Amino acid sequence: MSTTTLASGTSALSRRIAPALLFLIALAATLITLLPIAIVIFTAFKPTAEVNAFPPTLLPEAWTLANFERIFTDLPFARLIVNSFVFAGGVTLLSLTFDALAAYVLARIDFRGSRILLIALIGSLMIPFQATLIPVYQLVADLGWINSYAGLIAPRAADAFGIFFLRQFFLSLPRDLDSAARVDGASEVRIFRSIVLPNAVPALVTLGVYNFVNNWNDLLWPLVMTTDPEMGTITSGLTALTGPGGIIPFGVMMAGSLIALLPLAILFLFLQRRFVASVASTGLK
Amino acid sequence: MTTTAAPRRTPYRPPARMGGRGPLTANMRRRLTILVFLLPAATVLAAFVFWPMISAFLMSFTNANGFRTPEFIGLDNYVTVFTDAQVLRSMVNTLLYAALFTPAVVVTALGLALLLNDPRLPLRGMFRTWLFLPFIVSLAVAAFAWQYLLDPQIGLLNYWMRGFGLQIGNVFQDPALAMPAVAMIAVWKTFPFYMIVFLAGLQDIPPSLYEASRMDGAGAWGRFRHITLPLLGNTTGFVVVIATIAALQAFDQIYVLTGGGPYRSTQTVVMQIYQSGFKDLDLGFASALSYVLLVATLILGLVQFWLSSRKAEAAV
Repeated sequence: MSTTTLASGTSALSRRIAPALLFLIALAATLITLLPIAIVIFTAFKPTAEVNAFPPTLLPEAWTLANFERIFTDLPFARLIVNSFVFAGGVTLLSLTFDALAAYVLARIDFRGSRILLIALIGSLMIPFQATLIPVYQLVADLGWINSYAGLIAPRAADAFGIFFLRQFFLSLPRDLDSAARVDGASEVRIFRSIVLPNAVPALVTLGVYNFVNNWNDLLWPLVMTTDPEMGTITSGLTALTGPGGIIPFGVMMAGSLIALLPLAILFLFLQRRFVASVASTGLK
Repeated sequence: MTTTAAPRRTPYRPPARMGGRGPLTANMRRRLTILVFLLPAATVLAAFVFWPMISAFLMSFTNANGFRTPEFIGLDNYVTVFTDAQVLRSMVNTLLYAALFTPAVVVTALGLALLLNDPRLPLRGMFRTWLFLPFIVSLAVAAFAWQYLLDPQIGLLNYWMRGFGLQIGNVFQDPALAMPAVAMIAVWKTFPFYMIVFLAGLQDIPPSLYEASRMDGAGAWGRFRHITLPLLGNTTGFVVVIATIAALQAFDQIYVLTGGGPYRSTQTVVMQIYQSGFKDLDLGFASALSYVLLVATLILGLVQFWLSSRKAEAAV
């Protein structure tokens, strides 16, 4: 731990004041930060009259579930929830598998061409997905995969960052583990499955969290990939509620937003350390 | 090594003959393994990253619209990209967005990281958890929440600000305020990411440096200026670059809140790509604009690569 200090002072008085002052600053920052999340949570339970009332309030007076009922009639919301899980979950599972397989070869087996592959991989890290959106869409359309799970998932079933991230992790595992097994005649499949993978669980969970959160929250890809309202995700489906002009049903929107938030909030509750690690490691790529 | 003999020892099994299974030699088996392991990821990346890159490049020289057979039209699309007033506007808007977003998010993230890193702050872990929360909120949901908070009639924040004498009206309909507002929403949603990166950087600074400077009588500001900032320089440079790359891709909250308006004041490059490619079906032009985005990102990516290699050198 380093000891950066914001306020100076060595006197006894300031030594007691500093923590209180820092606490107040942190508290203010936290309250401002949490206000938009609080408004989502509380508005979701407000009756429409209160949502549109003036002066506005934060907390509901009469709590209601009407907004939650309406989101399921205004939108095919149950289907959207399923789609979100299939899309984010499918991408996460497939890309973890494919990334790990490729990363294992790149980290553990020396072969001709591995350097070139690695350079191509690092080069493609820098390609923003928005820049290739149109040809990717066209390819998916040519395959007849618009409005399908295959179309949503396939383009993201492997990604350069995931391969690179896992390769770096596999490189950090001691080589003695697998060279001993290799001498004993174990196949690469066996070494991968029973030696490397079990030791890579933290890295896999970190990458899994990163992939799940990004795809769950993604808007642009499901938006262009799905023209059928039944095939969107929660994130893309909710945007159908807004639009230029007209009254925005904020209560219904917040109920939908709260449902969108819930799975990630639960995941965050259990895997807080992995979330932070996923940020720290993407930040270090 | 234990000296007692293991009571239940598995009977000796000779190692499999090299290339034991079937007629394959060990070398062929090894090659097959490499191929099978690489194939799924290589197929996905080839089909959905590398081929689209080539395809977008080729398409950018055509008048493709998804229906007729594309004709080669030379550099026409690129001429449009760099001469059309509306397209230039989207580029200027994107730069403006980056100029608003990047400094704001860097200052917010660094300030909060310094605060969370201060050992005198009580309940640091709790604050770190709470301040991390916007990270899990999607930009679309963030946009809904801020839209309601800032609503000119029924927005809670708008109401509170009026209490302080601040009249801001309908920010998302105001050509002067719409861009700062959508940039601010992205700051709120993404600062936790950069804050964690800064926290990791701060924890790499040896505490002994601070103790030494304290003995030399340096104040808090002096320590920040002469130790924290210089030693955090690489992290800061790195954060500035990735925040700018993220800014070039601005789309979600703009799509939700303004659709590029009012009067195209929030029309960014990715919004323009979306509209040209998916609404106007001008695929050739949208591809040319995509390539401009790609080149801009690659340049920033090279800066990032250069920064991280400098960081690696510094670590050695």
